[in-house]
Amino acid sequence: MKPVPGNPYEETEVFIIDGRRTPQLKALGPPGPFHASDLAVGAARQLLLAMPFEPRELDEVIFGCVSSGPDEANIARVIALRLGCGDRVHAMTVQRNCASGMQALDSAAARIASGQADLVLAGGTEAMSHHPVMLDEAMVTWLAGWSKARGLGQHAKMLRKLKPAYLRPVVALLRGLTDPVVGLSMGQTAEQLAEDFGISREAMDRYALRSHQRLVAALEAGYLDEIVPLHDSDGKLHAQDDGLRPDSTLEKLARLKPVFDRPFGKVTAGNSAQVTDGAACLILASARAVERYDLPVLGRLRDCHWAGLEPGRMGLGPVHAMAPIMQRHGLDSSDIDYWEINEAFSAQILACLRAWQDEDFCREALDLPRAFQLIPEDRLNVDGGGISLGHPVGASGARIVLHLLKVLERENARLGMASLCIGGGQGGAMLIERSAS
Amino acid sequence: MNKYFQVEENGDGIVWLTFDTPGKAANVLTADALEEFDTRLVTIAQSHPKGLVIRSGKERGFIAGADVKAFARISTPQEAQELILRAHDILRRLEALSFPTVALIHGFCLGGGLELALACRYRIASTEPDTRLGFPEVRLGIFPGFGGSVRSTRLMGHLAAMELMLSGRSLHPRAAQRLGLVDHALPRRQLNNAARHLILEQPAGRRPPLWQRLAGTALLRPAAAALMRRQVRRRAPRKHYPAPYALIDHWRRHAGHMADMYASEARLVPQLLTGKTAQNLIRVFLLQDELKSQAAASEFHARHVHVVGGGVMGGDIAAWCVLRGLRVTLQDRGPELLGRAVSRAHQLFRKKLRDQYLVRDAMDRLIPDHQGNGLGKADLVIEAIFEDQEAKQALYRNIEPRMKDDAILATNTSSIPLQQLGQGLARPERFLGLHFFNPVAKMPLVEIVTTGDTPGDLVAAASRFTRDIGKLPLPVRSRPGFLVNRVLMPYLMEAVTLLDKGVAAADIDRAATDFGMPMGPVELADTVGLDICLSVAEKLTDMLHGKAPDKLRRRVEQGHLGRKSGQGFYTWVKGRPQREKPTAAPDALAQYGDRMILRLINEAVACLREGIVAGADELDAGIVFGTGFAPFRGGPMHYVREEGAERFFGKLQKLEYTYGERFAPDAGWAQLLEEEQ
Repeated sequence: MKPVPGNPYEETEVFIIDGRRTPQLKALGPPGPFHASDLAVGAARQLLLAMPFEPRELDEVIFGCVSSGPDEANIARVIALRLGCGDRVHAMTVQRNCASGMQALDSAAARIASGQADLVLAGGTEAMSHHPVMLDEAMVTWLAGWSKARGLGQHAKMLRKLKPAYLRPVVALLRGLTDPVVGLSMGQTAEQLAEDFGISREAMDRYALRSHQRLVAALEAGYLDEIVPLHDSDGKLHAQDDGLRPDSTLEKLARLKPVFDRPFGKVTAGNSAQVTDGAACLILASARAVERYDLPVLGRLRDCHWAGLEPGRMGLGPVHAMAPIMQRHGLDSSDIDYWEINEAFSAQILACLRAWQDEDFCREALDLPRAFQLIPEDRLNVDGGGISLGHPVGASGARIVLHLLKVLERENARLGMASLCIGGGQGGAMLIERSAS
Repeated sequence: MNKYFQVEENGDGIVWLTFDTPGKAANVLTADALEEFDTRLVTIAQSHPKGLVIRSGKERGFIAGADVKAFARISTPQEAQELILRAHDILRRLEALSFPTVALIHGFCLGGGLELALACRYRIASTEPDTRLGFPEVRLGIFPGFGGSVRSTRLMGHLAAMELMLSGRSLHPRAAQRLGLVDHALPRRQLNNAARHLILEQPAGRRPPLWQRLAGTALLRPAAAALMRRQVRRRAPRKHYPAPYALIDHWRRHAGHMADMYASEARLVPQLLTGKTAQNLIRVFLLQDELKSQAAASEFHARHVHVVGGGVMGGDIAAWCVLRGLRVTLQDRGPELLGRAVSRAHQLFRKKLRDQYLVRDAMDRLIPDHQGNGLGKADLVIEAIFEDQEAKQALYRNIEPRMKDDAILATNTSSIPLQQLGQGLARPERFLGLHFFNPVAKMPLVEIVTTGDTPGDLVAAASRFTRDIGKLPLPVRSRPGFLVNRVLMPYLMEAVTLLDKGVAAADIDRAATDFGMPMGPVELADTVGLDICLSVAEKLTDMLHGKAPDKLRRRVEQGHLGRKSGQGFYTWVKGRPQREKPTAAPDALAQYGDRMILRLINEAVACLREGIVAGADELDAGIVFGTGFAPFRGGPMHYVREEGAERFFGKLQKLEYTYGERFAPDAGWAQLLEEEQ
């Protein structure tokens, strides 16, 4: 393959050494046992143990996280220090919503490609169960007045102004999953795509069921060895993704009510990604570092592309992001051995697959002469995805790249494509090649 | 002269006097240092400064106390009294200075060091985690003699000060401030500013609350003293530990009158100091220093420790190493076997570290590692799996190739000879035993188990490690039971034999605590676990002259394992044994005590003869710190020498005649008897 202009990593090679992730834990009800930095430390300290270098030999640490806790400002630095990287290893946190984990890999790769770093720990982490519950702005205003009030009279006056509605909590998680510009919830953007591409409820549920079935099969085959078990401080073991529903059936899925566009919508909790807590991390290295520490190489980062599109149809992001990479490298679908496209919603991923082979769409939206070949089912998300194992927003981007590499290794295949749709109307994609060049 | 202190004055009229003993890690108030301090005070007073700040030039502490080594050399009360009167003079000179004085305290400020600080007008303590203030004197069998009993009661109030001196406990800086012992508890960066402020502003000192002052009136002192005695009696009987009782009497008689109180300090402390109890406690304190000093020969510092075996011992060793700042990977066959260790560690960290950031940091350094990835990183690997030679050897075959070439492999075995375990190792010269005791967080001793072939530098490195984690290293030869279990077992088995003969458990325990053991043998066996006692006893059958008593075996078979199962020789309710009041007559108790203690001592003599430890002092130190053997007796061999070997030998012979060969005096007595001639 010839170097193609616009490809940032063609001149200087960026290697992926290895990676680990936590089990993804359902974020329901009360805050989970781990904060976002706990998750990242839990995965990364195991990864670093398996490396022939010490944490303080890293050049830097980059993590993606959409919303860290109030005690985790610049969470990447918190993670670096907690890992024992020492004072000198600097760290930054990156945020590109649902692709923050992939952005961390891209940022790390860019630092390596530019010669500014040789050895970087990069990944993503998200504790969605710890996303804050905030006060209504009217309540904050009232509190400010209360603290200024002096004397019994003024306080009594303030008390009369307090309205029950002020006490309504603002759940940051739900606000975060609502587009801040067009006001649609992510689920509603999926409903839009279902309408655009005529995707049936049954197709969505069928896809969701398959996601669970694939995760079950992967677990039984022991394919998820990148997962490190976590112990919480009570000693309880968290060893597996706990969103998996092995007993799921089409009938059960069909009974669920739509949650975003009630009552006639098609997107349900069953055919959407689960809200979970999790972290994934990888070691990225330059050729120099690989040689110096004699590092085993899992694969190579070949290309990365970010694309913008209409926020109300953000689910098509992967199509917009993958197409330029395919073009740059002169590839068609059959050249890619395995695909990991993040499952935000069944409707969204099915829409991507249809758009990918739709002549009109490819010509009009992507300025391509013709559509791509079909992405075969047995090459896409082969071990399940966001619907069965959840989508901790900041972490998924790193998780799919890591798992894609594991799949390529297992199948002795070469090229892989990882991609995500991004709330706010973006898409991100990475081309991965196994084995050192 | 002029070597302990530096004087500085920066043009603002404030003199900074820095105590910095050359060539030592800590400042100790030796007679020399005190004399120099006095000369310095005279010079400083002549310069009429605005104020004087006394501080330490040591990174880790203010003043660790008076010179305990010198205490051991004092042979007459007169000698001690001279020292004390001189210290009184010097500290009174400090107290009487016309300008304000401030003690700036960081790290340890104990005993004589605290007494010096108390003679200053103000005290400021740093809030660093290792800052501690206290009077440990009672633990050495004396009480504060450099005016401490006078000044502390005046400053903190009678009851608070007496509690502090009687318990010997040390205070965190914030608690010291709450109790009025220091004026401020501040972060280290604010110490100098605060000292300047106090000197320039000269605020009024704090007075103890009214009720504290009332408690010191002549009318109420007798009642308060009676209460204190009752509390002390629970921890330390008068016949074993006279010092706290002497302190209470001293206070009751003289607290109303300062001059009398100084005079009484100077009279009573020398008597205590030259008494048997204090001399023995000082001996034990110095033996502890001896054990510590063995680590000096090595530069080895483990940064990463890998522990194999996530049971109670392995988990607790791992947690302890983490607590002391190391990174630890803990391996067992599956992650599900490591949860209990993680939660126990979390409880330990919360209790010891308190601060949420420190607890989190500790939890981050404790890494459950069921795949053993930490093996390649570890400077020291500690094996703590179940006691099975083949399992251990199979494990070594598996892990040794994954270890760093220069890493140490240590086993926590309590019973399998090292000579056998070490067979087949690629690097036997990096293999030894590190025998921890249960509970790890409480037991200060670690036996460093060696064979004749263990290289000296490995022993030194293991000692260094043991010191680095704040434990006391005792090198022992690898023979069954090593030292501590071996001397403990005959003592415990004799207790079980007495039980077998129908003696009440409470009587047996009382006989042992009367001798000065911290806990009776029956309660100890229940606490350790009867299953563990039985297993150790069976491994030591040869040395015990007979099988483990049936009574013990039966309990274990019935699942009565002691405290952990709620039922052993005692019934345990809420962690306490339910027992009757002792009923046996005093001479019967004395006889039970003899039978148990003599078996322990006889075994100790055998250990000495076999060269299990390097010498009698090491033996005494090991048995005191490993078993809690009545510390005021100075260790079993010291006790034998003091009481006369002849006497013990005779008693053993009589017991052998009555009860059989388990009391047969060991061949080692011949040597002791000879020395006595």
